[in-house]
Amino acid sequence: MSAPLVPQSEDDKRRRRRNSVALGLVLAALVAIFYVLTIVKMGPQLFTTRDL
Amino acid sequence: MAFVDDSKDDIVGTGGARVEDYFALLKPGVMSLVVFTAVIGLMLAPGAIDPVVAVIAVLCIAVGAGGSGALNMWYDADIDGIMSRTRNRPIPSGRMTRGEALAVGLICSGFSVATLGLATNWVAAGLLAFTIFFYAVIYTMWLKRSTPQNIVIGGAAGAFPPMIGWAAVTGDITIASAVLFLIIFLWTPPHFWALALYKQGDYAAAGIPMLPNVKGEPATKLQILLYSIVLVGSSLIPVAIGMSGWIYGVVAAATGASFLYLAWGVYRARDQLTMRKIARHLFLYSLSYLFVIFLALFADHSAHLLGWL
Repeated sequence: MSAPLVPQSEDDKRRRRRNSVALGLVLAALVAIFYVLTIVKMGPQLFTTRDL
Repeated sequence: MAFVDDSKDDIVGTGGARVEDYFALLKPGVMSLVVFTAVIGLMLAPGAIDPVVAVIAVLCIAVGAGGSGALNMWYDADIDGIMSRTRNRPIPSGRMTRGEALAVGLICSGFSVATLGLATNWVAAGLLAFTIFFYAVIYTMWLKRSTPQNIVIGGAAGAFPPMIGWAAVTGDITIASAVLFLIIFLWTPPHFWALALYKQGDYAAAGIPMLPNVKGEPATKLQILLYSIVLVGSSLIPVAIGMSGWIYGVVAAATGASFLYLAWGVYRARDQLTMRKIARHLFLYSLSYLFVIFLALFADHSAHLLGWL
C-alpha cells in the first residue's frame, strides 16, 4: 500500500526543484563528457570524408 | 546532538538534503589537494596527453576521490556525530540518510573509474579503483577504528593521486611516480598527528585510537619528529635521481627546514598550551608545505622544458 501523500511546504518544493536541476546538469555534463571524449578519441579522421 | 539510528535509516526518504549537502559529501577540501597533486603528477609525466582527455582524467580522479569521501561519511556517520569537527556533516546533522550517501559514493566511484579507463588507460583506472577501495574499506572500515597506525597505512590512499595522474599519461608505474607517492605517504603521519595532538579530546570521545590517545603525547611528538626527518630527507630524492633540478632542491630544502623546526618545536614543548599552539601551526604549515613542494616540482620541470636552465 502506498504511503499517504504529505503536503509539501514551499521550502520543500524549492529544494526538490534545485536538486532536480542539479541532477539534470550533472547528467548533461556526463553526456557532454562522453560526446567530447568520443570525438577526441576518434581524432581528425572523424572529419575526413571517404570516397565511396 | 544528532546520531545516526540504523534501525530507522532509509525508511523515510530524504532528510532535506540540498545540493550543498551533496557537494559537502564529496569532501571538497580533500578533493582540492587530490586534484592538485594529480595535476602535478600528470604534468610531470613524460609523454603527451590530449588536453581535453587530461581535463577529463583530472575530473575523474576528483569524482573518484569524492566518491570515496561519500563512502567514508556513510560508514563513519556514527563517530562523525560525536566529533566537533565533523558534527555538521550532512548525515550526523540529519539532513541526509546514510542510504543516500552510500548511493552517491558508489555511483561516483563506479562512473569515475569506468570513465577514466575509457578516457586514458586501465592502469590509471585500476589505480583509482584501488585508491577508492583502500580509503573506503582498508582505512575507513578497518584501520581507522582498530589501530593507532591508522593514518600511517591509510595515508597511502591520499598518496596515490599523483601516481594516477602520471599513469593517465604513461600507462605505467615508474620510480619517479613512486617518489611522488612516497613524499605524500610520509607527509601524512606528521600532518594528522599534529591535528590529533590539539584535537585529541574529540578523537577520544569518538573512540578512535589515534596515537596521542593510545601511546600518549611524548610518543606522538617523537613520531612526528622522526617522520618529519624521513619526510624531508625523502623530499630530496627527486634531486638525487635527476627527476628535478636545483629550483626544486632549494625550495624543498628551505621548506623542509621550516617543517623540521616546527616538528622540533612540538617535540620540545613542555606545557600544553604551547604544544597545542605549535601543533596547530605545524598542521596548517604542513598543508602549505605539500602545496609548495609540488608546485616547485612543476616549476622546475617547466623551467627545464622551456630551456631556461
